[in-house]
Amino acid sequence: MTRMIMRRLLIGVFVMWGAASLIFVIVRAAPGDPASVLLGPDASREQVARLNASLGLDRPLLVQYVGYLGDVVRLDFGESHRLARPAMGAVFERLPATLELTLAATALAVIVGLTLGLVAGGRPDGIVDRVVSATTVALQSFPTFWVGIMLILLFALGLRLLPSAGVGTPAHMVLPAVTLSLPFTAIVARLTRSSVVEAMREPYVTTARSKGLTETQVLLGHALRNSLIPVVTIVGLQMGALMGGAVIVENVFAWPGLGSLIVDAVANRDYAVVQAATLLIAGVVMVLNLVADLLYTRLDPRIRMDGGS
Amino acid sequence: MPENPAGALLQVADLVVDLPGGKSDLRVVDGVSFDVPAGTTVGLIGESGSGKTMTALAIIGLLPGGAATGGQVVWRGEDLLHAGPTRRRRVRGHEISMIFQDPLAALNPTQRIGRQVGEILRRDGVPRGEAGRRVVELLDRAGVPDPVRRAREYPHQFSGGMRQRAMIALALAGRPSLLLADEPTTALDVTVQARILRLLRSIQERDGLAMLLVSHDLRVVAHVAGQVVVMYAGRVAERGPARQVLDRPAHPYTRALVRSVPAVRTRTALAHPLPGAPATPANRPAGCPFHPRCPLARERCRLEVPAIREVGPDRWSACHFAEEVLP
Ligand SMILES: Nc1ncnc2c1ncn2[C@@H]1O[C@H](COP(=O)(O)OP(=O)(O)O)[C@@H](O)[C@H]1O
Ligand code: SF4
Ligand SMILES: [Mg+2]
Repeated sequence: MTRMIMRRLLIGVFVMWGAASLIFVIVRAAPGDPASVLLGPDASREQVARLNASLGLDRPLLVQYVGYLGDVVRLDFGESHRLARPAMGAVFERLPATLELTLAATALAVIVGLTLGLVAGGRPDGIVDRVVSATTVALQSFPTFWVGIMLILLFALGLRLLPSAGVGTPAHMVLPAVTLSLPFTAIVARLTRSSVVEAMREPYVTTARSKGLTETQVLLGHALRNSLIPVVTIVGLQMGALMGGAVIVENVFAWPGLGSLIVDAVANRDYAVVQAATLLIAGVVMVLNLVADLLYTRLDPRIRMDGGS
Repeated sequence: MPENPAGALLQVADLVVDLPGGKSDLRVVDGVSFDVPAGTTVGLIGESGSGKTMTALAIIGLLPGGAATGGQVVWRGEDLLHAGPTRRRRVRGHEISMIFQDPLAALNPTQRIGRQVGEILRRDGVPRGEAGRRVVELLDRAGVPDPVRRAREYPHQFSGGMRQRAMIALALAGRPSLLLADEPTTALDVTVQARILRLLRSIQERDGLAMLLVSHDLRVVAHVAGQVVVMYAGRVAERGPARQVLDRPAHPYTRALVRSVPAVRTRTALAHPLPGAPATPANRPAGCPFHPRCPLARERCRLEVPAIREVGPDRWSACHFAEEVLP
């Protein structure tokens, strides 16, 4: 078990390095540079060049890259020239709001998706199954921002039940969390359904039935746990995509998390903040994946034994 | 039709099983009849695909979805095929249990052996501690050494033979009167096979359990069964007392089957494998389904389905010319 965790952490270091390098290249490849954004369209060439030099951006890319990696290793993530403060500090401030949103969406997706998938898979081709199948296909094909806007129109502007934007009360969380969770709920429901259907065909389910259990007892006592194995894996993997989705949803609902910070930072060529936020998201996703893996080994005793303890 | 209705715990009468097939339904069991008297072992033999498993699943009520049944499965005088789903469910595990060919697949990989063996007890309201003791006792009686420790292990930590022993303990937990054993030794090593068979036999004798032992292997049935039912292409070819049927078959198919196995008849040293391929329910030949492979086949065999009839004391054969086969 510890060996597995060590191995995953080592892989994680490489993933982080990859993420850091990729975003380093991407922010610099994008047109525009921090100085011209900061100084505005009226600034002279010399002014821009001077500011870029003082930000260290006139050095050869490779030198900048090596310097950046060295800083990251020393846990120095640079200064935000725009906010005039350490970039990671600004990012950390926004992390809780994003995590809150992501976790709420995950909890919603897992609870609703698992329940729907179980009921649908317990009776394939039943009414629930057909409704769930049709709905989930539809949900997965709508873009998140569009769903968000539709929900705002319906529940905030139309029915006036929920606030459309901002933070403060738990009610503020409902629309963004639901928006973020919908496509994820669809994935969880579909996956749970298919793995429940598959599990219900397993010989050990026939054994369970031969004990005189009811279908519900068979479903919850035998098929559920085995169907959870692929679901947990997907939840772990999808957490990354979910944090990406959060960036969009936060902007639709003016949710003060990493998403709105990143969009601001990109617009202003605030390289340090973009880089710090990317690294932090990569790190969080990595930890979540590891948690999913540990959960997965808890669920399947055959794996638990192989890795040694 | 049943010979001794008073003594029979289970009477299968004209059982028909139709499975949904590609274009039309497939009749995989076609008019099968036999009795299982209380406390006896009946062997059900036939090549792979002859409908043995479907017969057993029809008895315990676990046929795949979409299957349709006909005839009767009379259990202690009650026709289970026409009983309600709740009654059928109550019979399973408590009156009729089943063990399967592949014990690894038949056990839940994510649950400890003890929990699986004791599940039926817990569902019946036996307190945890008492159920735990009974599980240890059941495993011990099924010949699992060190049962206290092994009850806490998972199926993948068991060997093939031990898994089947655990499966037997699981099947006996609800104190059934009939055990359906579907190819219980087919997936096991030869040496382990003999031990499992001996175990089944001793449990059957000690507990007065009735057993339907399903196997494609004559030797397995010859060792354990009192009566045998020989199936071919979903129908009964022959049935009668095991010794007599194997020593003096009354059906050319049984005779060919016996000759294909060297050890059953000590007089023949060489095995004579069955010619041709077994008939399947999808393309069952007209008339006697065995006629394309039968050395005695003639015109009548191709035209007329042979009905099963008594050809000697307690000897039943579905061959037009059974008298020619019987020595
Ligand atoms: N799920 C199924 N759907 C359709 N046909 C099946 C199914 N399972 C088995 N069969 C067919 O039913 C026939 C009888 O199968 P089975 O009872 O398993 O035979 P046996 O146990 O004697 O080997 C076979 O011809 C097989 O092809
Ligand atoms: S009925 Fe005819 S074909 Fe069938 S077993 Fe008897 S002799 Fe052979
Ligand atoms: Mg079979």
